[in-house]
Amino acid sequence: MARRVQPQKPLVVQRANPPVLEPTETINSVTDRITSAIYRPTPLGWYIGFAIFFSLVMVLMYSLTYLFIKGTGIWGINIPVGWGFAIINFVWWIGIGHAGTLISAILLLLYQEWRTAINRLAEAMTLFAVACAGIFPIVHTGRPWLAYWLLPYPNNMGVWPQFRSPLVWDVFAVTTYGTVSLLFWYTGLVPDLAVMRDRAKNRFVARIYGAFALGWRGSARHWKNYNIAYLILAGISTPLVVSVHSVVSLDFASALVPGWHSTIFPPYFVAGAIFAGFAMVLTITIPLRVFYKMQSIITMRHIENMAKVTLVTGLVVAYGYLTEIFMSWYSGETFERYFIQNRISGPYWWSFWALMLCNVMAPQALWFKRVRTNLAAVFLVCMFVNIGMWLERFVIVSTSLHRDFLPSSWDGYAGTIWDWSTYVGTIGLFLALLFLFLRLLPMISIFETKELVVHREESETH
Amino acid sequence: MAAETRTPLYGLMAEFETGHSLLVAADRARQDGYRIMDAYSPVPVEGLDDALGLRRSWVPLIVLCGGLTGVTFGFLLPYWTMVLAYPINIGGRPLNSWPQWVPIMFECTILFSAFAAFFGMWALNGLPQPYHPVFNVPGFERSNEDRYFLAIEARDPRFDPVATRSFLESMGAYAVSDIPS
Repeated sequence: MARRVQPQKPLVVQRANPPVLEPTETINSVTDRITSAIYRPTPLGWYIGFAIFFSLVMVLMYSLTYLFIKGTGIWGINIPVGWGFAIINFVWWIGIGHAGTLISAILLLLYQEWRTAINRLAEAMTLFAVACAGIFPIVHTGRPWLAYWLLPYPNNMGVWPQFRSPLVWDVFAVTTYGTVSLLFWYTGLVPDLAVMRDRAKNRFVARIYGAFALGWRGSARHWKNYNIAYLILAGISTPLVVSVHSVVSLDFASALVPGWHSTIFPPYFVAGAIFAGFAMVLTITIPLRVFYKMQSIITMRHIENMAKVTLVTGLVVAYGYLTEIFMSWYSGETFERYFIQNRISGPYWWSFWALMLCNVMAPQALWFKRVRTNLAAVFLVCMFVNIGMWLERFVIVSTSLHRDFLPSSWDGYAGTIWDWSTYVGTIGLFLALLFLFLRLLPMISIFETKELVVHREESETH
Repeated sequence: MAAETRTPLYGLMAEFETGHSLLVAADRARQDGYRIMDAYSPVPVEGLDDALGLRRSWVPLIVLCGGLTGVTFGFLLPYWTMVLAYPINIGGRPLNSWPQWVPIMFECTILFSAFAAFFGMWALNGLPQPYHPVFNVPGFERSNEDRYFLAIEARDPRFDPVATRSFLESMGAYAVSDIPS
């Protein structure tokens, strides 16, 4: 026999840190805890939350219907600010999605065991965020019923997409991102769906979970292919997560507008995406683990680690802001110097300073362990970051565009009630989908959490 | 609906309490000359591939083929459209401006590799498969919970309903049951 079971390194690395999984959890209690969140009567709180968010989905539907009837004139966009809320929200949502892929892919390759408790949730969040993001560029085209023109397909007009444009790269990047995230998420779900199938209390439920479990039976042959495919999906998602927001940033960076035309954009956007994503994962996990009594699986270790990632990426983002300011000054170019001065002290000075408060000042609190272990404080910082990342895109889109090269075309920009209702509507869509996910699917990966238990037991007996 | 009259045996299933005892049993079974067998576990058991004598997985090769197809497609699509089918002058760049197609090539590589990994893995595993004889074993649903199973199939040349059963029992199995096919 070539290999024996290797004793795993203990899960508790340092005494001071809380464990990745509370030692009281066993292989059975983990399954019970995660499946019982689904196989118990729907809690009242779920109904209340879902009702609120579902009514926001109706607000979205109403806003989009009105948009389709009237056209994009109901929004605040004008010339020169042609991008407005639609692109701000698109970039904001797609950024939020990035934490899911980072947690599921990069942390898997780095053997970060703490990812196990949060990867499923973060991946679901990615999918829903991409779904919300996808709405905006399509409705922003003005004629969303022709959105399929973005795709290369043989047509009787004989025209093709312009492959030298970052906007077309974006179509490829975002659709690939959405598709690969879905495949990765579903692959991870299959063994857990088999658990749900075998634990179902009636035939109908067992049939539905069984159909999606594809007849999974935990065979060693299957596990072998499965693990390799899962690792490969993680491996190819790793460059993907970096590429998506880079391509999104090229939409800006390849334009000549001062404030957009900058090589710092791709890395700065990627860091911002991960920053926003981790803040959103924390925003969701902190109330969720209390509501579903998952504190022994999503421990303080997870909260602290995510807070640390938020801090680090926040520092990278802050460095990006500084570089932007420095490069504008250092370029010596009139337009570049004017744009940064206008951004800091022009008509939208408040958005710049609010951005500094939310994205640069607020995360500094996370340096302190006392803050990182205080759930209310972490939640508050994350709310600052959520707002701050939206403001960042507002600053990039509107302050850069409203003062372009020709003073005669200068104008102001503000969102209308329809801009806001569409935006709030997508937040409702995101949370409504999340509520459905929590009700119907295991929110934590059962088999991966069991692996943690098995490894711990092995390391104790050997 | 199998008739009660002596349904042919698919194999024998032994139930173990830990992954380690399954590993030991699988190893011994292979040394004893059993070849057509499979193990079922709630989590992957490290070392079981070697104990069962499984061959290398084809998944990486399939993904490589998918990725190469993707990168080729990601080049040929813009080349054909931008150079041959619909040539337009964009900022005076050459028609075959391939560096600008690198993002397309990259995304197609990822997309095709992911499809290859996903569909290739399920195809190699023979899933979806709604019915399998092992599901008839009483208590097999615990293979998703906390129990580890080893099945020696009747197709194995060394298989003998009596001798194989006593071999599995000697391995410290919690229970040994018939798998009706």
